[in-house]
Amino acid sequence: MMEKMIIGRYVPGESILHKMDPRSKLIIVFLFVCVVFIANNALTYGVLAAYTFLMVGMSKIPPRFLYGGLKPVLLLVLFTFLLHIFLTKEGELVFELGWLKVYEEGIRQGIFISLRFLLLILITSLLTLTTTPIEITDGLETLLNPLKKVKFPVHELALMMSISLRFIPTLMQETDKIMKAQTARGVEYNSGPIKERIKAIVPLLIPLFISSFKRAEELAVAMEARGYKGGEGRTKYRQLTWGLPDTTMILFLGAVTFLLILLRG
Amino acid sequence: MDISLKNVEYRYQADSPFERLAITDVSIDIPSGTYLAVIGHTGSGKSTVLQHLNALLKPTKGSVVIGSREIKAGRKEKNLKGVREKVGIVFQFPEHQLFEETVEKDIMFGPMNFGVSERQARERARAAISLVGLPEEILEKSPFDLSGGQMRRVAIAGVLAMEPEVIVLDEPTAGLDPRGRKEIMDLFYTLHKKRNLSTVLVTHSMEDAARYADEIIVMHQGKVFTKGSPEHIFSNPKALIELGLDVPEVVGLQLKIEEAFGTKFKKISLSEEELAEMVARFLEGGGTK
Repeated sequence: MMEKMIIGRYVPGESILHKMDPRSKLIIVFLFVCVVFIANNALTYGVLAAYTFLMVGMSKIPPRFLYGGLKPVLLLVLFTFLLHIFLTKEGELVFELGWLKVYEEGIRQGIFISLRFLLLILITSLLTLTTTPIEITDGLETLLNPLKKVKFPVHELALMMSISLRFIPTLMQETDKIMKAQTARGVEYNSGPIKERIKAIVPLLIPLFISSFKRAEELAVAMEARGYKGGEGRTKYRQLTWGLPDTTMILFLGAVTFLLILLRG
Repeated sequence: MDISLKNVEYRYQADSPFERLAITDVSIDIPSGTYLAVIGHTGSGKSTVLQHLNALLKPTKGSVVIGSREIKAGRKEKNLKGVREKVGIVFQFPEHQLFEETVEKDIMFGPMNFGVSERQARERARAAISLVGLPEEILEKSPFDLSGGQMRRVAIAGVLAMEPEVIVLDEPTAGLDPRGRKEIMDLFYTLHKKRNLSTVLVTHSMEDAARYADEIIVMHQGKVFTKGSPEHIFSNPKALIELGLDVPEVVGLQLKIEEAFGTKFKKISLSEEELAEMVARFLEGGGTK
């Protein structure tokens, strides 16, 4: 069950996206998050969607796998959609069912906002799917380097990030293992009444917390034993290289942005 | 309760880039009352086989029959509690599953999930804790205040309290000291005999497999490599060594003695006593064939 999750997971590959410099990918994702807000009509959302699907295609990640992994997130998207449908009270009344009134603006907003949400999730997932955690961290650390001048703890932040990313799969495995052990003791996670299933979380969470604390402690000891003392004077084994694809991809997103501004209503 | 696997195949994360074939065409019969040991190298599919024994994993091909229940590939299975009540699994490092405030509550957790009354579960907890060789006072303690070895025993007690008909053990003694190791293995063996259980032991320890099992299955690269009685399996040490496995120390010693005297004993001995006797008889006979 847990093995389907793709958040924070890296899929090895040879695509252009895999080979790009993590810095350019981070910049693109950051820009995309801003650019998404330019879209405000069907046409501009269409352009955004086309861009996103082009990226998915270029990543060479099987769409079926992507879909399977994003299923849990789709629920959240659906929730956003419903929230907008029921709570927006603008424009023409489309239909009403007792106390339930649905307005035109609500449907419009619902579709646009959930689409925006979905595209954001797709693009950010592509980042983690095509970039190893260590690359992301390296990229982020270099990008944020100027902030060191104002005493911002860039290295510590990057380290924290890479540690948490690194341990997501471990935590998933652990969850799966404990779930199995408790299932063997008669807990049911996949069937039975909701109340029982919620109760079943306790025997899962407590062992998880305990092992996480233990692991954190062990990691700290291991780091100290190997002489870790912060980022001061630390050199890098992996050097980042900025290539032609990186510049091209950023320029491409720039062109898309320009197009969006032209088409926006 | 009989368990049998018929041509079972299992793929982890089927239909994803991470798809991995774990076992193929595995057929195993475990008649009621058997002590079966499953040995094999890391990654040979032992643990995957084990999880099929109480439907934690459902085969992607083939079928598993557990008692009167058949679990077939490609079918949705509901209500597997009945199966899980009868087949108890002690996972590797079972102490990771402890979560309750007191040892007693944790041991009662399994039985109560299967509908045993609170009073009865309490009695079972009491019985189980003395079975695993811990004092009753420990029942009131928090499981997290115990030592590693004690936690292991408490976790095992939690499975025993379910009173299963089949006990599945996944390296139950990994990380224990030699004495604890022997105590726990002996405990399972006594229970096996006394309650007429079926026991499946997944292990790296050839000694344990030789000492306790009626039958041994050797797994290699997701397939059943060979199966048979311990005498049969260990009479061909070369094949095992090629798989990266070992033979029990006694067998190794016997092979060395045979080599040194240029002889061949009638059978493979699985205990020190047996070997000693054979060697003694051989020497009495003048040290020749």
